[in-house]
Amino acid sequence: MAQFTLPKNSQIREGRTWAAPAGAKNLQVFRIYRWNPDDGQNPRIDTYHVDRDDCGPMVLDALLWIKNKVDPTLVFRRSCREGICGSCAMNIEGQNALACTIGIDECKSPDNALPLLTRRDKDGAVRIYPLPHMPVIKDLVPDLTNFYAQHAAIEPWLQTETPAPEKEWRQTPEDRTKLDGLYECILCACCTTSCPSYWWNGDKFLGPAALLQAYRWLIDSRDENTGERLDGLHDPFRLYRCHTIMNCANTCPKNLNPAKAIAEIKKMMVERAV
Amino acid sequence: MSKVDPRQDARLSIRTPRSRVKGLGASGHGADHFWMQRLTGASNALLMIAFVVIVAKMWGRPYPEAVALVAQPIVAILLVLAVVSVTIHMRLGMQVVIEDYVHDTGLKFAALTANTFYAVVVAAACLYAIVRVGLGGLV
Repeated sequence: MAQFTLPKNSQIREGRTWAAPAGAKNLQVFRIYRWNPDDGQNPRIDTYHVDRDDCGPMVLDALLWIKNKVDPTLVFRRSCREGICGSCAMNIEGQNALACTIGIDECKSPDNALPLLTRRDKDGAVRIYPLPHMPVIKDLVPDLTNFYAQHAAIEPWLQTETPAPEKEWRQTPEDRTKLDGLYECILCACCTTSCPSYWWNGDKFLGPAALLQAYRWLIDSRDENTGERLDGLHDPFRLYRCHTIMNCANTCPKNLNPAKAIAEIKKMMVERAV
Repeated sequence: MSKVDPRQDARLSIRTPRSRVKGLGASGHGADHFWMQRLTGASNALLMIAFVVIVAKMWGRPYPEAVALVAQPIVAILLVLAVVSVTIHMRLGMQVVIEDYVHDTGLKFAALTANTFYAVVVAAACLYAIVRVGLGGLV
């Protein structure tokens, strides 16, 4: 059966509370998931106090502040700090997001809350976990090996049989606009790891990010392998595990809509069969 | 320990991530299932209205009158269509739920088989009853 509870060695325990910085007046509490593969211990939640007057406005700023000034052992991915590399995707206050593009105040606002699922901590803490339902490498770093392999499996490059033209493959401006809302994906995995269908069947369901990219190449007027691409997706698990839950569209930090792209693929499947 | 696909378990089989994702390949099925689910969903919406009207007309009537109503050709045909549409839709929907949540290979196979048998038995029983009443077996 699908696993609805954590195995014993994955159950999260209360961790260490790190001392608040002396003299700080504007404090923000952070509760952060910690797990070290080398110490044989269960995961724990550590509590940190961040001096807002000494820290930038974004969640990533706070993480860097903690790592630089409190606890250098805290592990997370980050690179561009401007929402284009997708490295710092994590679960912040119950919502998958990029730590660099979500403000500390923003993630605590009622608009950002998942009403029925999220219970606020009394001290207003920002709770940070790794992306859901992925193997954890350490702390906030998930293992995205399967996610990347699924992206590779949809063969995300232009495929043609006609010999390449001397200059470029031409495309009308109208056909080019069909790629808008698709090509902007940064593969941060926020959508795929927010999808319950991916949680239960991530080994066979390709997930929203890979399917969004699949559609990006299916709809590209220059590509000559549309039928073969559809053949590769024609499967009850690879494509049809999408049950239009829409978490993907809700969570995408680039405001893309993978669910719509998947619906378009399903329409193409019917179109060629009916 | 449930019997899951050993190809997907890194502790049981050394494979590249690409090999795991490709698995046994695309089965070439799914569009028909998807389309039939929508088609029967639409027909259910119409046939359920007819079904509710028929049941409402039977309400409070004595048994022979209710039987006579079902025996009318249009009513009997509508009920036959409703049974066929609903049981197909039911089987397809339950199949998706089983595929989603049941990962033990043996249990999944058994559940999918039981699901099909159940839908067929329900359909056969309902159709037998309607046909028997429709052809005047019961008065």
